[in-house]
Amino acid sequence: MSLESAATVPLFAEFPFEWNYIRSIIVVSLYVSVAAVALSTLCSLPIALAVGFTDFRGKGLLTSIINTGMGFPSVVVGLAVLFTVSNEGPLGSLELVFTREAMIMSQFVLAAPVVTGVSLAAVSSVEQNVRDAAYAMGGTRLDVALVTIKEARYGIATAVLAGFGRAISEVGSVLIVGGNIASADGTSKTRTLTTAIQLEAQRGRFETAMILGVVLLAIVLVVNGIVVRLGSDGGGYR
Amino acid sequence: MTIQRREFVAALAAGGAAGLAGCSTLTGDDGGDAGISGETLTLTTTTSTYNTGLLDELNAPFEDRYGVSVDAVSQGTGQALETARNGDSDVVMVHARSLEDEFMEEGYGVNRRDLMYNDFVVIGGPNDPAGIGGSDDVTEAFTAIADSESSFVSRGDDSGTHTKELEIWDETGLNVDEFGEWYQEAGQGMGDVINMATQQGAYTLADRGTYLDMQDEVDLEIHVQGPIEGGPELLANPYGIVAVNPAVHDNVEYDLAMAYIGFITSPEGQDLIENYTANGEQLFYPESLSEEPNFQQYVPEGWSADNTGNSSDSSDE
Repeated sequence: MSLESAATVPLFAEFPFEWNYIRSIIVVSLYVSVAAVALSTLCSLPIALAVGFTDFRGKGLLTSIINTGMGFPSVVVGLAVLFTVSNEGPLGSLELVFTREAMIMSQFVLAAPVVTGVSLAAVSSVEQNVRDAAYAMGGTRLDVALVTIKEARYGIATAVLAGFGRAISEVGSVLIVGGNIASADGTSKTRTLTTAIQLEAQRGRFETAMILGVVLLAIVLVVNGIVVRLGSDGGGYR
Repeated sequence: MTIQRREFVAALAAGGAAGLAGCSTLTGDDGGDAGISGETLTLTTTTSTYNTGLLDELNAPFEDRYGVSVDAVSQGTGQALETARNGDSDVVMVHARSLEDEFMEEGYGVNRRDLMYNDFVVIGGPNDPAGIGGSDDVTEAFTAIADSESSFVSRGDDSGTHTKELEIWDETGLNVDEFGEWYQEAGQGMGDVINMATQQGAYTLADRGTYLDMQDEVDLEIHVQGPIEGGPELLANPYGIVAVNPAVHDNVEYDLAMAYIGFITSPEGQDLIENYTANGEQLFYPESLSEEPNFQQYVPEGWSADNTGNSSDSSDE
């Protein structure tokens, strides 16, 4: 309610949201997107390495399919996940509809092809002679994989960032499976920055929607900075 | 090789730590619910009750009293009922009697109550190209809009407002499918449609609550008033609340849904509705309390015990 009174005078307030409200939607946005991208990376990286290291019939086709997945319409993914987790669906008994877990599922589906596709391109571009050298030095398959990951780390970091960007900026599927729920005291349950922006825009409050947009951009910028820092030679690991 | 492996493990650990940080904040949020009954009521409702902020006003005292939380999901009336049909919500608050009746006739809804009402208004740009300003006949006004082919934005989303709009076009005898480019189906919520109408100086049918809530943000005027300001009864906008039938979906929180219906149709809940204002104006008018019995609120419109041929079911009404 205090949100209401604060938000109805957006032009006069310095920052037209309760701190609790804004903090909780940032937490939900980050929790859902980071979890989805972490899971995507765990699944996608081995796939990218496996596909990148082997030659087989249909590799080109598989790559095309992965790359097509980058273009999945988020609303369609949202609907598919909704059918799955709905009370009538196969996972209905888990009662996942309108939860953060369902949002993670849909963002996983959206982010995984992006992470896979971009890492695959990065892994494939590592020179064959680098891998050969690793073998020649007596490395196991795991060692060769680690060398390749190290060589391709910028590309893989880009893949993770692209997946994160896809997840955190996406509005269609999280709106459908999450329901954009915030409790009466203004604490977000499944409301993310994007769905909050959409709600503000729907209510004609374009200024507050823009403010939230700037917050979203700032978060993406910070996350990019952290990941680039971790992936660069100037990081704390040397 | 070992050095590189250590780097890899360190990177994994960092990732894991980041993931765990997310988890701990999550459980931190949920911690507040622990120890009390902690059940969650899922309410699907329309954009008009949600976007006006009325629900926050109603839900906070309900949550406090029962120690539960209410997850309110705002959808169009059609989508809200569909979510309930799938058993994904426990109670529905909507405003399209014909769709509510269908919902009950199919057996998905039980214990419907009249909740509150406001009205629809025809709004449009201040220059009023169809010349409908001040009209008290909405059918004539719609005919004038169609005759002058002035831009009109339709919700086009099976919402309560869209249902009402189609009902009015039906009254004019015109066929919506034959309309030209001036008639646009937005397929969006009320707020989006009001924004679109503002951009184009177009007409649209809006519920008074959402219009009043957005009045300061947009450049549109009321051209045809609803019954609250003496306009035609055709523009009345009654809201109903229905619990999802626990015999159809045994996972629904039926007892909680009935507690919620009980609360918002009680004198206290109705007072909250009566006193809720936006921009200094009352948005909704309570309708649940009446000394006279109103049996029609519990059953589909026009339903009577005589025409069902099964009077034993209805004798307890």
